[in-house]
Amino acid sequence: MRYVDELRDPRLIRSVAAEIARLADPDRHYRIMEVCGGHTHAIYRHGLTELLPPNIELVHGPGCPVCVLPMGRIDDGLAIADQPGVIFTAFGDMMRVPGRNGTPLEHQARGADVRMVYSPLDALKLAQANPEKHVVFFAIGFETTAPSTALTLQRAKALGVRNFSVFCNHVLIVPAIRAILDSPDMRLDGFIGPGHVSTVIGCRPYLFVARDYGKPLVVSGFEPLDILQSILMILRQLAEGRAEVENQYRRVVPWDGNPAALRAMAAVFELRPYFEWRGLGFISQSALKIAPAYAEWDAEARFAVPGIRVTDPKAAQCGEVLKGVLKPPQCKLFGRECTPEHPIGALMVSSEGACAAYYHYVHRLATAGRSDRCARQQPV
Amino acid sequence: MREAAARLTFRDPLIELVHGAGGKATRRLIEGLFLPLLENPTLAALADAATIPLDGLRLALTTDAFVVRPLRFPGGSIGELAVNGTINDLAVSGAHPLGLLAAFIVEAGLPSDVLRAETEALARAAQQAGIVVLGGDTKVVEHGKADGLYIVTTGIGLVDARAELGPERVRPGDRILITGPIGDHGITVLLARGELDLEADLVSDTRPLTPFVAALLDAAGPGLRWMRDPTRGGVATALNELAREAGVAVLLVEEALPVRDAVRGACELLGLDPLYVANEGQLLAVVDPSVAEAALAALRRVPGGELAACIGEVRTEPAGVVTVTTAYGGQRVIDMLVGDPLPRIC
Repeated sequence: MRYVDELRDPRLIRSVAAEIARLADPDRHYRIMEVCGGHTHAIYRHGLTELLPPNIELVHGPGCPVCVLPMGRIDDGLAIADQPGVIFTAFGDMMRVPGRNGTPLEHQARGADVRMVYSPLDALKLAQANPEKHVVFFAIGFETTAPSTALTLQRAKALGVRNFSVFCNHVLIVPAIRAILDSPDMRLDGFIGPGHVSTVIGCRPYLFVARDYGKPLVVSGFEPLDILQSILMILRQLAEGRAEVENQYRRVVPWDGNPAALRAMAAVFELRPYFEWRGLGFISQSALKIAPAYAEWDAEARFAVPGIRVTDPKAAQCGEVLKGVLKPPQCKLFGRECTPEHPIGALMVSSEGACAAYYHYVHRLATAGRSDRCARQQPV
Repeated sequence: MREAAARLTFRDPLIELVHGAGGKATRRLIEGLFLPLLENPTLAALADAATIPLDGLRLALTTDAFVVRPLRFPGGSIGELAVNGTINDLAVSGAHPLGLLAAFIVEAGLPSDVLRAETEALARAAQQAGIVVLGGDTKVVEHGKADGLYIVTTGIGLVDARAELGPERVRPGDRILITGPIGDHGITVLLARGELDLEADLVSDTRPLTPFVAALLDAAGPGLRWMRDPTRGGVATALNELAREAGVAVLLVEEALPVRDAVRGACELLGLDPLYVANEGQLLAVVDPSVAEAALAALRRVPGGELAACIGEVRTEPAGVVTVTTAYGGQRVIDMLVGDPLPRIC
């Protein structure tokens, strides 16, 4: 399949891996953070850590939109879902994320009209098809998904669809990266920068990472070769004593981003003064709310949202995992109380969550206590 | 080598869609609720079909409910699925199908033409498979209750004398074969619902597996150890069940998995793994390595089996785990499906 197979070419992958091994200083330990949950997923899915020398440690970052949402916001959303006459729509990722009184799927089983959509435009269509109902879209995500929410709101306004609103939980990546860099317990050598977010915001917003913090950041694609090449680019910067923002994902990411998407976001959203992130706490100017011109389509304005604040279960260490301080299996609940079937934190639910990725692709091998050698032989 | 599976208890307060998705939640429901209450040795095997010894013969008995939406999709419809699905459960048990019973649960308001068309589809599929519908039942439920039409079919068959199948017969070194590309049915139905604005040149793979089973019995004889049709939950779920029941490791080779580009593309876009997507006309077989080549050649000679492939091997360690190796030496675990992001498709 074009645009995929080329980037999974075994010969190229092995040669980039060999170059990484050659360039890595054996006396040094490298900690490189992949900010984006999509990268975390790809790293585990393709078994990329096995291709790296042991002194290169990949640290999982906070770029999983479902994971950073505090439980209180999920409860707020579900309080809307439980109202009579409401069709509550969300992306599939959200459906199994637990609130205090269960997941959206469990609310659905108890009678709430909760439906999965693949796009906010599908939620708008649902509103047009069900004029007697009010359709709410549970908007989550970084700058990757915010433009599609913005376009949907613009379309709802243009078409005069009044039985539709958005419960907005869009967050911004740059304040999260800054919070990580300011966190005293982080010792990072560089960043694999977000790919999809950067298609919208471009590469300029990351310049402070190199300029103010002296760390390399390479915006990266999601295929095995993309990620390995980005690691190689970071190692080259470190070896040459450089700290720059570089763009490995040039086939998709323009340096200046997508101006049309940025315009739509600017028209529909404004910055929240502050927003709570799971694990990272309150971060100022880190999230979007719906601007007054679109207040009629703002679910927070239409419904009495309880504004619930829920502290995470004490034993769960989602915050530490989100910040990259702990690896998933180092959490006390991992694989015991907290599993993909009975998740306690969202990191165990979303496919982009570090815990789910680790659990699905690595954990069972580790617990089966096998020898690596036997399984690596080619069987046929 | 067979491990005693841990006893599951079912504590979920409500039945949710995920309990029907074919993954871990389904297993918990079946083994934690149904099995303890209905306990008997035949049921405990949780095979595709129950086998009942009778006067030196072995009868095979199976039942399946079909709740697909939409009723018609490229390459098939519910009437056809209702025949092939049940026949295939008999076939992978090594049985020659003898006859079917069919129960129709019809929603009030369904156009009679739709019911007629689906009954015709069912009759055609039965004729193709060389069996007849021996009896049935009809229920009509209120409007809005049954997605138009649900069909339940029960099949009876006679197990081939050469067939000695079961997870306990699987040995390390055995090869794993599949009859063709995976994921066609699940992705076809998903796209046919029209909710994704995606189009692909793809049809469901629904078909009877009886010719493939006959070819395998002829070519592999007693070297044929185990068969399963990987429907709901896909190849990943079927092989996880094998690994667990047989207490073995299953090692797949990613490059060897036959997947059409349209299915791969849709899966890449939707974040799905073809290994978890449903099939309605594929068969997984475990065969002794000494007959693997002959068995594969026999599968490829069956019309529609040209893309059959050997996709992996049975190992000793890590017991109970399915893994896949990538072309460049990476490796990942293929766990059982946890939650099903897909709507009902079979």
